[in-house]
Amino acid sequence: MSFGGKYAPFVIGAYAISAVMFLWMVIDTLLRARSARKTLEALEAERRGAGDAP
Amino acid sequence: MSGLGVLLRRELSLTWGAGGGPLLSVGFLIAATVLFPLSLGSAAQILGAVAAGLVWVLLALASLLSLERLFARDFEDGALDIIALGPLPLEASCAVKCLAAWLTNGAPLALASPLAAVALGEPVGAVPLIVLTAALGSLAFVFVGGIGAALSLVSRGGALLQTLIVLPLLIPPVIFGAAAVFAWTHGLAWTPGLALLAAYALAAIGLGPIAMAGACRNALG
Amino acid sequence: MISGFANPHRFMSFSRWAAPTLALIAAALLALGLWLGLSAPPDYQQGETVRIMFVHVPAAWTAMLAYLCLGGASFASLVFRHAVADAAASAAAPLGAAFTAAALITGSLWGKPMWGTWWAWGDSRLVSVLVLFLLFVGYIALRASIEDEGKAARAAEILALVGLINLPVIKFSVDWWNTLHQGESIFRAGGPLIAPVYLIPLMLTGAGYSAAFAALWLTRTRMEVRRRRSLGLALRAAR
Repeated sequence: MSFGGKYAPFVIGAYAISAVMFLWMVIDTLLRARSARKTLEALEAERRGAGDAP
Repeated sequence: MSGLGVLLRRELSLTWGAGGGPLLSVGFLIAATVLFPLSLGSAAQILGAVAAGLVWVLLALASLLSLERLFARDFEDGALDIIALGPLPLEASCAVKCLAAWLTNGAPLALASPLAAVALGEPVGAVPLIVLTAALGSLAFVFVGGIGAALSLVSRGGALLQTLIVLPLLIPPVIFGAAAVFAWTHGLAWTPGLALLAAYALAAIGLGPIAMAGACRNALG
Repeated sequence: MISGFANPHRFMSFSRWAAPTLALIAAALLALGLWLGLSAPPDYQQGETVRIMFVHVPAAWTAMLAYLCLGGASFASLVFRHAVADAAASAAAPLGAAFTAAALITGSLWGKPMWGTWWAWGDSRLVSVLVLFLLFVGYIALRASIEDEGKAARAAEILALVGLINLPVIKFSVDWWNTLHQGESIFRAGGPLIAPVYLIPLMLTGAGYSAAFAALWLTRTRMEVRRRRSLGLALRAAR
């Protein structure tokens, strides 16, 4: 495995930015997915609770 | 046909009468052209090399800016509702609006563009081709820019958003038109660029109104 | 099968197992592809920088794939009024923008050692990716600027389809411009033929990026479906 040579900063930079991009996408997607699920569960619980008393 | 004529006459009187019409867009073109020698320096070689492309970019921007109120005015005072419910298909009405916008702003810009081009160093012999390509190009700009104007009816974004969503779509006509003029001044074949530009303009005229009508219905519905 | 996804419940139960599975597949493909790519010998001409190909080319491919998905979902939403389709369209846009930005930055980092400039307007593929970025940004900006969800969906569909139809024309015009200004395009990233020792890692990382996009897209679409349902519930509760 070699990253070396005088162009190492370019290669490392390219891999670093790709990793950052992946991390952002994964974290942002998972966080939003979790918050959407929690919000929906809360609203559905409310609706079920309210539904008991028409 | 008379319905189209009535609408066209109405559009022309509104756009021409409201605040200067062609004078405004041509004025913008000239004012913007002046900025380039002032910012680039007056070296003739530099200006001459970029003149064709610069004029095309300015033509696109001037056309887009003049389209900002293409649908907004009628949308706000309810006239668009009436037009949509009227006897003409909404696609045809949109096409007529664009035609009126072109006659008011696009065609005068096309006639004025040689002024800008020659001032920046294009050879005078290129003028007929410049006018022809500018006329076709401004048709394309109006019929594609109108899509942006119609889409932004429901949006809070202003002219900048309208222009942003449409500018990438205008890359082909800008390339074809500028290339045709560039080819002419360098003794290369200029007919391919012109033909591609004409084809694009025709496609824009045919397909643009469909998207515009869809966007207007979305705003009205 | 496509109409099966129109049903939100079926989509949700499908994506529940499909998304994690694709994520695992993606991780495996990426790990293998990068390991092979990083242990391959350096290129005769490009030296070590050839390894940037393994993160640049897949990013560009996936950016294109994302736009096709955006367009396809927008088409389904406009024509068939699939409930899930609009959610899928709005989910694809930020992912596409991220892959496109990565493709542009890695492309610039690859170009500097190769051609000596940070950006080469003569590389029509790179310019096309830049245009793709503008298309994603425009789509996201338009959606963000419209309050009404329904109207935002319809307007965004139109923009996406107009962009999709124009994309081949834009690509063609940029290529055409290059042959005029440069003669034969010399900017062929990676050379006209890619040596087999690089081809396999490239295919692997390419597949890995695509699988990752698919996993992320499914997850984000689930998020959008839930968000829309929450909005509906909240509106009803407010009455």
